[in-house]
Amino acid sequence: MSDNGQYFQRDRTWHPPAFTPSYKTSVLRSPQQPLISLENTLSESTGPVFGHSKIGPLDNDLIRNYAKTGEAIGQRIVVYGRVLDENARPVPGALVEFWQANAGGRYRHKKETYLAAIDPNFGGCGRMITDEEGRYWFRTIKPGAYPWPNGVNDWRPAHIHFSVFGHAFAQRLITQMYFEGDPMIWQDPIAMTVPDRAAVEQLIAALDRQNTLPMDSLAYKFDIVLRGRRSTMFENRMEGN
Amino acid sequence: MVQKLDFLKESPSQTAGPYVHIGTNPNWVEITGVWNEDLGLVLVGPETKGERIIVKGRIFDGAGDVLRDALVEIWQADAEGLYNSPEETRGKADPNFVGWGRQPCDGTTGEYRFETVKPGRVPFRDGRMMAPHITVWIVARGINIGLHTRLYFSDEEAANAECPVLAQIARRNRIPTLIATRGEENGMPAYTFDIHLQGEKETVFFDI
Ligand SMILES: [Fe+2]
Repeated sequence: MSDNGQYFQRDRTWHPPAFTPSYKTSVLRSPQQPLISLENTLSESTGPVFGHSKIGPLDNDLIRNYAKTGEAIGQRIVVYGRVLDENARPVPGALVEFWQANAGGRYRHKKETYLAAIDPNFGGCGRMITDEEGRYWFRTIKPGAYPWPNGVNDWRPAHIHFSVFGHAFAQRLITQMYFEGDPMIWQDPIAMTVPDRAAVEQLIAALDRQNTLPMDSLAYKFDIVLRGRRSTMFENRMEGN
Repeated sequence: MVQKLDFLKESPSQTAGPYVHIGTNPNWVEITGVWNEDLGLVLVGPETKGERIIVKGRIFDGAGDVLRDALVEIWQADAEGLYNSPEETRGKADPNFVGWGRQPCDGTTGEYRFETVKPGRVPFRDGRMMAPHITVWIVARGINIGLHTRLYFSDEEAANAECPVLAQIARRNRIPTLIATRGEENGMPAYTFDIHLQGEKETVFFDI
């Protein structure tokens, strides 16, 4: 079986719909016409390759990669996991980018207005390319929850944003990771854009005491699944193809 | 009970949020010193083959307001119509052209802008040629799952007329939403591709 089949159709009932009125910004930013279904052509089944040479040694260490006068303040954690496809196969060479607020829930961004203090030693960004087994890992501090303008008193649960490239542009995905045991996930208008409870749970990283570094960092496991593709057992062979 | 199918579910998408640039373009939001250069800003170098073009545009919401916090990625074939990807089996793409770009919309004007080369034609699944096009992907606060569209070129009328993808769009009056208008900027062809998320001029988005 070769690997050159179409990518599985995206399960749009598993993803959030475009229009989710409880997340108010989506109201004017959601297309209303049906999406046009397009079987993958080369334009969708190809994608850019990112070399390991682009990545620096501290790119996956958010505690140190912006350090000026000392290390970032907060609960030290290691986040690790695998990038897999829907066939449960690892995706090696995938660029994974992550960004987050500091321990107080404050982003380093000029438009950010939350009163929590900026940490002079925390930038909040990192990236890594998955290894041969699809693994990535990074060290950071646990981000704080933060309030945001939606309802008058809406707060985001602690979360880390993820951007992932697979092997095809059709696999491109941006999502967020939440933390096990956080009751605020279920009050969050953004997490709740995902209609199915089991789908929300797929975004909650598990506390992993086995991989916790004694006297150093707690560990959280977060696997990310990208679209898989059909095996080409009896792939349609159209004329000229 | 029946046997279980051993498939995983794709991780559900979540919005990129207002601070996506911290992760993708930290230098652009003044987080400097973590890495030197944000990925995807430059597509062409002196060795890249093909006609230099600019593609630019703005993204509008359902009230007609311009998005200033969106992020745009493009993916395209080289001037000969070959993708720089392991999946490309028809030949070897220009080694001086990756074909992937990423730009934030300007914080004031909302404009996104790429300098690239005009892509060649790529075959559809059945071997017929598609018209030259660039895949465009948009994320932003308020967009729950990234939006895929395609940019076609206004000066490729004959190719556009026979493009098997454009032919699949039953409501023909929506096709112009996919066609970038050719103009000129400093002697270089500049194509304007405005994107409308909603409303009468809503851009065609694809489920790919
Ligand atoms: Fe956030």
